[in-house]
Amino acid sequence: MGINSSAKQVLAEIVSNKKVGAYHHMVFAVGDLANSSKPGNFVAISVGGESSQLVLRRAFAIYRTFDRGQSVGLLEIVVAPHGAGSTWLANQQPGSKIDLIAPLGTAFGIPTEPVRALLVGGGYGSAPLFGLSEVLKNRGCRVDMVLGASTAMKIYAPLDGKRSVSSLTITTEDGSTGKTGKVTDAMREIIEANEIDIIYSCGPMGMLEAINDIAEEFNLMHQCSIEESMACGIGVCMTCVLPIKGEDGVIRMLRSCIDGPVVAGENVIWKAKRTIPEGTWGA
Amino acid sequence: MFNYQTTLGQAEFENPIFTASGCAGSGKELSQFFELSQLGAVVTKSIMLKARSGRATPRMAETPSGMLNSIGLQGPGIDLFLENDVPWLRDQGATIVVSIAGESVEDYAVLARKIRAVPGISALEVNISCPNVENRGQVFACHPETARAAIQAVRRNIGGELPIIAKLTPDVTSIVEIAQEVVAAGADSLALINTVLGMVIDTNTMRPKLAGKTGGLSGPAIRPIAVRAIYQVHAAMPHVKILGMGGVASGQDAFELILAGASAVSIGTATFGNPMAAMKVKEELRNELVEHGFDSLREAVGYAHRSEGNL
Repeated sequence: MGINSSAKQVLAEIVSNKKVGAYHHMVFAVGDLANSSKPGNFVAISVGGESSQLVLRRAFAIYRTFDRGQSVGLLEIVVAPHGAGSTWLANQQPGSKIDLIAPLGTAFGIPTEPVRALLVGGGYGSAPLFGLSEVLKNRGCRVDMVLGASTAMKIYAPLDGKRSVSSLTITTEDGSTGKTGKVTDAMREIIEANEIDIIYSCGPMGMLEAINDIAEEFNLMHQCSIEESMACGIGVCMTCVLPIKGEDGVIRMLRSCIDGPVVAGENVIWKAKRTIPEGTWGA
Repeated sequence: MFNYQTTLGQAEFENPIFTASGCAGSGKELSQFFELSQLGAVVTKSIMLKARSGRATPRMAETPSGMLNSIGLQGPGIDLFLENDVPWLRDQGATIVVSIAGESVEDYAVLARKIRAVPGISALEVNISCPNVENRGQVFACHPETARAAIQAVRRNIGGELPIIAKLTPDVTSIVEIAQEVVAAGADSLALINTVLGMVIDTNTMRPKLAGKTGGLSGPAIRPIAVRAIYQVHAAMPHVKILGMGGVASGQDAFELILAGASAVSIGTATFGNPMAAMKVKEELRNELVEHGFDSLREAVGYAHRSEGNL
C-alpha cells in the first residue's frame, strides 16, 4: 500500500452551494472516488483560479460522500469563509469546476463491537462527525453528540445529521442557543450518564486538548482530528507536523496530513504542541 | 525528432524537468500521482548526517504568489535514507539526484564518503544555502571561503565519478562571485536558486508568523530573482551547467529559466499546489520549445544572451 493510495486528483463540478448559518455547504460531483472516502478523510482544494496569487491548496474535512451509482459520486464539505481562499471557494457557483484531491489522510477508527460513542465537534468541525455517526449507528453503536461554538450562527447541525445521533447537546459561549458554555462543560455529565466508551472529536486544537484531558480523566479512548497549517496536503512539504508518541514510545514530528488528521489523542504531546519537545527523534 | 535530453556535469538526463529538493520528499508521496521515472530526475530532500526533527510550528505562511517556509531540514539522517529511500527510488526506475546538507565542513566530507559507493545515484546536490538554520553564519553559500570549503570537502571525498551540483542562495551581494568560488573548488554545475530569506508578521498577534521568525520565500514571487541569478551566472561562466529553479509553475516559466541559461529546471512550490505540476511543466515546456522553432532543448539554453544582431 502506497501513501494515500486511494487519492485521486479530479476536476469536480460544483453541484450545489448553500449558505447555512456562518458557513457554506458545498457539494461536488467527484465520480468514483466517493466510494473510497471514509469519515475523517479530507480533501485538498485548489483555490483562486488560474491566475491566482494563492499558490497553496486548502484542506477541508469531508462532511460526507454519496455513491449514487454509475460513478455519480458526490462529496460534501462545509466551508467557513474567513480567508481569501475559503472566501473564493464559498463564492463559486454550481456548474463551476474545481480541482480537488481526495480522499486524503487517516480516517476515524471504527470499533468492531457495538460501543457507546461520544462525538464532540467545535464550529464547522462538526462536519466529519455526522458521516462518522452514520457508520457507528450502522454498527449498532449508541452515538451521543456535543457541538459547540462561540455563537449560534457557528453551530453546524443540519436536520438529517441530527437524525443520525441518539442525543445532541449544543453549547455556545454567548448562550445564543443551547447551553451556555463550552463543549467540555457538557461532556462529563453525558460520559457518566451514558457510560461512554470512546470519544471522537474534531475542532480547534485548544478544544481537542481540553477534550483529551477529560478522556484521560475518565480513562477513555479518544480519536481526534487535528489541524496544523498545511501547504500541500499530500505529505511532501513537512509543514503540518506535530509531536506524537509512537508505539515504540519515541516522540516524532509527524505530518497531520499523512499520519493524521485522525490520531489517537493519548499519543499527541498536547503540552508541547507548536514546539519540539525534548527527546523528540532528531531534536 | 525533438531532442529533450540534457546534461549537468557528466550526468545525462532524459528530460530537463526535475523536482526541487525539499519539495518532493523522497518521491513516495508523489508516486501516487505519476511515475517518477517520467521525471528528468528526482532531487531528494536535503539529507543531513543525523536524524533531525526540524523546527517548531508554524513552519509555513502563504504570501502573495508564494510561501514562506521554515521546516529546518527535518529528515531521517543519511544512514536510514540510504537504506530505505534510495533503493526504493531505484526500484521505481527513477533517476536520482541526492541532496545533502551539513552543519560543518566535516559533515559534508562524511556525507560524501557515505554516498560515494552507493549505486544508482546520478548526481549529488550540495545544499550549502538552506536559510532555515539557527545560525545565519552557517549558510555556507553566503561567504566565498565557507562555500569553497564545503564544496572542496565533497570533491575530495566523493571520488571522480559523481557530478557535484552546488546549490546557492541569491541572498548575497554577488552570486557570480560565489558561483566562481564553488566551480573553482570542484563543483561541476550549479543549482540556482534556493529560497530567499523573508519574514511575515501576523497583524493579529503582532508577532512573526513563523516559529522560526524568518523563513525561505518560494513560489512565483521569486521567479524574477531566479531568472536574474541564472542570467548573471550563465553570462559569467557559460560553460557551467545550471539547474534552474524558483517559482516555475508552467512551461512558459521553465522556458524563461532555460533562456536565461538553465540546462534543467526543478519544480518546487508548484508541486504543493498541484502534485502533477512537474508533469504539466514537462509537457508544456516541450511544446513551448517546439513552437519557438527549437529542435532541441540544448539550442535554447541561454538563448536570451545572444547578441543584438541575431534573431
